[in-house]
Amino acid sequence: MNLSLRVNGAEQEALGVWEGESLLYVLRERLGFPGSKNACEQGECGSCSVYLDGELVCACLVLAAQAQGRAVITIEGLAEGDELHPIQKAFLESGAVQCGFCTPGLIVATHELLERNPSPSDAQIREALAGNLCRCTGYEKILDAVRQAARARSA
Amino acid sequence: MRFLQPRTLEEALELKTQAPEAVPLAGGTDLMVELNFDRRRPEAIMDLTQVAELRQWRRDDGELVIGSGMTYTRLLAELDRELPGLAIASRTVGSPQIRNRGTLGGNLGTASAAGDALPPLVAAGASIEVASRQGSRTLAITDFLVGAKRNALEPDELITAIRVPVARGPQQFSKIGSRNAMVIAVCSFALNLNPQARQVGTGIGSAGPVTVRAAAAEGFLQDALEEGRLWESHAEIPDSASVRFAELVAEAASPIDDVRGTASYRRRALTVMGRRTLAWAWGEYRGL
Ligand SMILES: Cc1cc2nc3c(=O)[nH]c(=O)nc-3n(C[C@H](O)[C@H](O)[C@H](O)COP(=O)(O)OP(=O)(O)OC[C@H]3O[C@@H](n4cnc5c(N)ncnc54)[C@H](O)[C@@H]3O)c2cc1C
Ligand code: FES
Ligand code: FES
Repeated sequence: MNLSLRVNGAEQEALGVWEGESLLYVLRERLGFPGSKNACEQGECGSCSVYLDGELVCACLVLAAQAQGRAVITIEGLAEGDELHPIQKAFLESGAVQCGFCTPGLIVATHELLERNPSPSDAQIREALAGNLCRCTGYEKILDAVRQAARARSA
Repeated sequence: MRFLQPRTLEEALELKTQAPEAVPLAGGTDLMVELNFDRRRPEAIMDLTQVAELRQWRRDDGELVIGSGMTYTRLLAELDRELPGLAIASRTVGSPQIRNRGTLGGNLGTASAAGDALPPLVAAGASIEVASRQGSRTLAITDFLVGAKRNALEPDELITAIRVPVARGPQQFSKIGSRNAMVIAVCSFALNLNPQARQVGTGIGSAGPVTVRAAAAEGFLQDALEEGRLWESHAEIPDSASVRFAELVAEAASPIDDVRGTASYRRRALTVMGRRTLAWAWGEYRGL
């Protein structure tokens, strides 16, 4: 089947998609957006987190065909050209990135959190990021990064 | 594999009659895992997320009629006061990403004993509306859940709505797992107190092949509250009665040993959750 959807503001078309493919697969393998990571394909790790029509979802659990005609925003859509998004900068500056595999998903999830709640408490940060796993950092630096991003946003 | 995407309920039911092999897809949080891991290769998939009727809810007397496509996130935003027990359970489901997509209809479709929406729906005496092109029928949820991961749907039927009475009093839900987020219940328990009808409702999750009521525990507690005139006096429930209630809850379960826990742990956990939820709910009733 052929699919058309908006990704990061631009119309995209994927031709000859198998009906059982996930949105994550189509983004990474067919449309050239490898930013969203594939680590578990079962909704457990959050490294494939994207916005689908403004809602935070695991792209691995969306059937690509369900995204027909809808708007997706991936990690690639957050930076402005070569200028990193402030949340990306906060992650780098806080040392919240080690292997980096979880980072795109965590940044999209953090983005969604701060849109809803610009100054979250620690408990709210933990709750919002509960679906994103990191095997490297032990999470403390990630919490630092989210706090720093929230401060930068309100400054 | 064929992909079907009806826009209306009528169209969906028509398609399901023509292609009963088509597997319904809502939020995909159960079904996509099966597809991704090649555990299932259906001939056809029918996406229900574009069917507006399935996303709506309405009031009907003292009941809510909730479209099967209701997600946990929307339930928490729109119906948390009407259905506090289901709201507590919904908050424990997966992660924000899972709650944004996962639906009540999907939880009923999967019909896992570990489905967290099921104990509060059982405790509240919910019923399930299913429909085919021939017409619709309404089943008590305990008749809908027929076995381990089995429900009473016919091949040409879809789950259209969940009918559930608005809470008349305190409702509670408790779930045991290895951490707070992203856990499948080791076991769970839901309690529903209805002071107007002088009724007690219960639901036991993940401690047997299906989600069940603890009917003897309900009867015992109703009698104890009645005989002690506790509904009227708002007095404390005697310890002996709470303990007996919790024992009867555990006796209603038929747990097994599996990777998440042993049968004896589950029984023990149910007695703790039985007492605990009763203390919380009765405390709320007493205005504490
Ligand atoms: C990481 C992760 C964590 C999870 N954590 C929890 C948890 O804590 N608690 C919990 O209870 N569940 C949990 N789940 C399971 C899942 O999220 C829930 O069961 C959810 O309610 C499924 O809803 P869905 O809309 O995504 O279902 P889908 O995957 O779309 O469908 C599930 C099944 O129901 C059928 N179905 C769906 N809608 C209908 C309908 N209208 N009529 C007929 N059949 C239908 C489908 O054919 C399929 O068989 C988790 C899943 C993941 C991936
Ligand atoms: S790859 Fe989607 S949640 Fe892990
Ligand atoms: S930095 Fe390696 S998984 Fe998070």
